[in-house]
Amino acid sequence: MGYQTTLAKINAIFSDLSKDYVIYAPKRFVGDGTFTNIDTIRYGEITDLSEIEFAEKSNYSFKEVLLPISETLFYFTENEMKEADAPKKGAIVFLRSCDLHGLKRMDTIYLENGAVDTYYKRLRDKTKFILMGCENSFENCFCVSMGTQKSDDYDAYIKVDGNAVLVDSHWDLLDAALAGATEASVMPDSVTANNTVVTVPETVPQTLFDAPFWEDYGNRCIACGRCNFVCPTCTCFTMQDIFYTDNGKAGERRRVWASCHVDGYTDMAGGHAFRNDKGQRMRFKVMHKVNDYKRRFGTHMCIGCGRCDDVCPEYISFANCINKLNTLVNDSVKEEN
Amino acid sequence: MTVINPYIPFLSEIVAVIKHTEIEFTFRMTYSGEVKPGQFFEVSLPKFGEAPISVSGIGDGTVDLTIRKVGKVTDEIFENYVGDTLFLRGPYGNGFDIANYKGKEIILVAGGTGLSPVKGIVDYFSAHPDDCKSFTLLVGFKSPNDVLFKKDFEEWEKNLNVIMTVDTPVDGYCGKCGLVTQYIPEIPIENSDQAVGIVVGPPMMMKCTITELFNVGFKEENIWISQERKMCCGIGKCGHCKIDDTYICLDGPVFNYTKGKFLKD
Repeated sequence: MGYQTTLAKINAIFSDLSKDYVIYAPKRFVGDGTFTNIDTIRYGEITDLSEIEFAEKSNYSFKEVLLPISETLFYFTENEMKEADAPKKGAIVFLRSCDLHGLKRMDTIYLENGAVDTYYKRLRDKTKFILMGCENSFENCFCVSMGTQKSDDYDAYIKVDGNAVLVDSHWDLLDAALAGATEASVMPDSVTANNTVVTVPETVPQTLFDAPFWEDYGNRCIACGRCNFVCPTCTCFTMQDIFYTDNGKAGERRRVWASCHVDGYTDMAGGHAFRNDKGQRMRFKVMHKVNDYKRRFGTHMCIGCGRCDDVCPEYISFANCINKLNTLVNDSVKEEN
Repeated sequence: MTVINPYIPFLSEIVAVIKHTEIEFTFRMTYSGEVKPGQFFEVSLPKFGEAPISVSGIGDGTVDLTIRKVGKVTDEIFENYVGDTLFLRGPYGNGFDIANYKGKEIILVAGGTGLSPVKGIVDYFSAHPDDCKSFTLLVGFKSPNDVLFKKDFEEWEKNLNVIMTVDTPVDGYCGKCGLVTQYIPEIPIENSDQAVGIVVGPPMMMKCTITELFNVGFKEENIWISQERKMCCGIGKCGHCKIDDTYICLDGPVFNYTKGKFLKD
């Protein structure tokens, strides 16, 4: 149901909801960026919708809400273990269409691929997703190429325009709170084109895994893993045990974000590792995002947010890489014929 | 509905410890659920972490885990196993399906600790020699000091054709030397296009062994391999063991070669 209301009214509603939900949205952190006098936009708790940065793309995705950078799984003392408590409140997450598609990728890994992940599910079940529209495409976005520029899978769509607020609600709680507000026909803003256009090759023959093409990336990539950490669909982690310095018999097991670009990702006991070459790590990631995942689950993993291209300190463009790979695939097909 | 938390390990008692070498022990652990050779458990040591260890034997209410002391977790297990319990999660992975090999001529080639995940198969056919046409166990170790399962070899030699070789002999050693591949042509096989090959070991050993099996007429659909990777969660989440669209912890670690040959890290 669509509504037209005011910022004051919607803030009052969210203030009420905050008794049961923590509200997360992209916020501007002034001066917190990597370089001097540079802001960063990342997810944080909000109490007022005017805190939300609607005009720019967030540097980091929403994924840390459901998959914290470091998450305690359980506590141990001698032979006893205790599962870490679930957050008491649920979460409300403001996010854009591409990220909402990213959520489906996370769901697939954490709820469908193998056993259900307890920690993910317990918060996911209590989380509501509010779509933020995109009036214009941002730099490096290629959502249209990946088919993620639109999504109907939201609990609500909210557009703030000064003091006026447009809402399209799929959430009965919000409908009830908005009872009496002016009804309106609300269509989420979405882009129809991006400056960056990506053509994903249908299939990539394994013969191209060793193509000299990847060596360029081997020379440029510094294995910092930033592309993985900003990506809403990168969901890998590593287990980590810590014990308390005051009492060595007690401690906790955590999982922390892991990156397939960073050294140690494939290390096995005894020292053997796979993909020591950084170009091969790039190949592994690219193939996962636009080929392997699709073969297993039916959709591409990459959702075209372009954050990896925004963040790379070596100016490596994932979008360019896919396009170059597409050319390479087409050329190899021509050669065969 | 409460979801069972797959990350919380259970306590298992150490029933026996069998010392093979200075750094390789078999821990016989209590476990009464279903388990297949080639599956693995995450051995969990609070404060130190977890390590994926394959099942090297299946007993009545027990599983054997043969552990090599090579990392942070395994070092600690060796130091402190007197605690007589270990935490486990699992079993994970698909494991070997004995039914695939029954009634066949079988060559099982293992390198070093690669013998652990397939030992359950050897144990089975050693106990049921009539369930296959013939069974050759071909194992390579680095040196005579690295030989695992010495007692079991005595048992296996009664019913199976056992060839053991070492890369580097020591003084007083009078067994076979050299790589496993050189012994493959000597193994008597009636119909190599029907025979089954099972190959587990270091990547290069597996590659060369499979090439040699092809040379003597084996078909790729009759060859089975088991892959070792860093399996951190064991349940398809952490991503460390993924190769292409395959999660080794879920779809493997055992693969028919028709699939396994396409796995490229």
